Amino acid sequence: MDKYFHSVRLDKDKCRGCTNCLKHCPTQAIRVRAGKAIILKERCIDCGECIRVCPHHAKIASSDSLDRLKDYKYTVALPAPALYGQFNNLNDINIILNALPKLGFDAVFEVSKAAELISEATRLFMETQAPTKPVISSACPAVVRLIRVCFPELIENMLLINAPVEEAGRIAREKAVQKTGFKPEDIGIFFITPCPAKITSFKQPIGVDKSNIDCAISIKDIYPVLLKAMEHMDESDELKAMHESGVIGLSWATSGGEASGTLNDNALAADGIENCMKILEEVERGNLDSIDFIELNACQGGCVGGSLTAENPFIAKTRLLKLRKYNPIACNHLPQKSLPDHLFCKTPIEPCDDVMKLADNMKEAMERMNKMKELIKIFPGLDCGTCGAPSCKALAEDVVRGFASETDCVFRAREELQDIDDSAALSNIIPAPFRETKED
Amino acid sequence: MEPLKLHFDVSGSDFTCAGEASGNIKKALKEIGFSAALTRNVAIAVYEGEINMVIHGGGGQIDVEITPECISIVLADQGPGIPDIALAMQEGYSTAPENVRQLGFGAGMGLPNIKKYTDEMIIESEVGKGTTIRLKVFPQ
Repeated sequence: MDKYFHSVRLDKDKCRGCTNCLKHCPTQAIRVRAGKAIILKERCIDCGECIRVCPHHAKIASSDSLDRLKDYKYTVALPAPALYGQFNNLNDINIILNALPKLGFDAVFEVSKAAELISEATRLFMETQAPTKPVISSACPAVVRLIRVCFPELIENMLLINAPVEEAGRIAREKAVQKTGFKPEDIGIFFITPCPAKITSFKQPIGVDKSNIDCAISIKDIYPVLLKAMEHMDESDELKAMHESGVIGLSWATSGGEASGTLNDNALAADGIENCMKILEEVERGNLDSIDFIELNACQGGCVGGSLTAENPFIAKTRLLKLRKYNPIACNHLPQKSLPDHLFCKTPIEPCDDVMKLADNMKEAMERMNKMKELIKIFPGLDCGTCGAPSCKALAEDVVRGFASETDCVFRAREELQDIDDSAALSNIIPAPFRETKED
Repeated sequence: MEPLKLHFDVSGSDFTCAGEASGNIKKALKEIGFSAALTRNVAIAVYEGEINMVIHGGGGQIDVEITPECISIVLADQGPGIPDIALAMQEGYSTAPENVRQLGFGAGMGLPNIKKYTDEMIIESEVGKGTTIRLKVFPQ
């Protein structure tokens, strides 16, 4: 598997080479070349911001289709709790859970069940292991990747307990093997995902050697077929009671849910990638040492804000609040109230900050930085993106790295042309940002 | 080789801009390839200095000189100066006004933290004239 596998992809036919994704990428991982956006794979954290902002829907996630069901002898659907907030007028989660087998799945296992186990494990971990404070959640894979690339010093603060989806996959496979007698590899575990970062975390796992998830179907892909399968089900007498999680499990779909599951008042929850970065900066400065637990979600609103969901995150959140009302606080508990070893991340989380270095050796890097300083002075500072880089500073960095040239800046190119041909025609064309207005 | 020089003016009037210089320095150190631990230490020391400049010094200037062997930082302000440096260096001693304490600053850990996260720290201060803090961090 490619070291830098990413689930976020480009549909070249749809890409117009505009600057929308360029300007919104939190790690400046996108450039425009030959009229198309390209993703710098060593920088991309799969947060899905580009999918969200692309007006031409050219950014896509490489998710699986229901056709993959035939690749396995027995299949289990793992619905993310965010899925429950997608449907209008839904008053019973069991309708979704009963409809999933109609699409071809042999069994269903709610991720919210495993989420309650992870919440309990987190509480035990905080009580018994005296971790470095603040403990930072590792459930959002885009945040895990953000920390590796931009905040490697904070890896030691990360909660080294598997994400709910991984634990859900493990239990679901175990149950399926017990029930069918098939080999574990004959069982297909399908996560119904709200975001591309989760897909990446299955193909290129961090913290586990091999993911427990075999396939990922996006919520927006399954939404229309699932909606059809759900028709008239509320009138059916055959509706089985399949929903087995409580308030804590369902809360994981929205920002603040995981933090509230720690039952610790001294916890913080932030959502939206920019907000997450600001919080991580504060942690890095040592300003949040007095906080016990920090939950970070790259998407606004939490997982309901994922770029592969079908519904507006605020509407989904309100629906989830309604659905979880009158549910028990939690329905799933760890046996013997102890921390099982299998819940812990097995492989260490490695920093990935080399991508930020300007050169392999410091001398070269410092020379490049000096050159960057000079370039930044002569670039116009408009951050227009016309050069294909997200800002003048990013272009300066690309130039010293050898990925771009100074005259990729249209304003610099214009100056060069003026030096060659000082014709009146060229001199009279002054770009609008530099044109003086009459009031001046 | 010539050291890499960075200069920042810190505004004394806008509290919300405090932290920008240390953020830029942090980014530069990372790009040069210093370790994450060293980068964090320098960023914290400069951040504390920057906050002090805004709270007490009425703004100031930060000059950084970087070589692979040494990072030296000069934090200079033209503020009221520190009458008793030894007292100011004590953990918990603070003269910060109530309005910044409400924001969580002014715990009296600024100067002690700068000392903690750097290898060399020299404070020069004259009452009525200003304060200059010279810091050195050695990567090895």
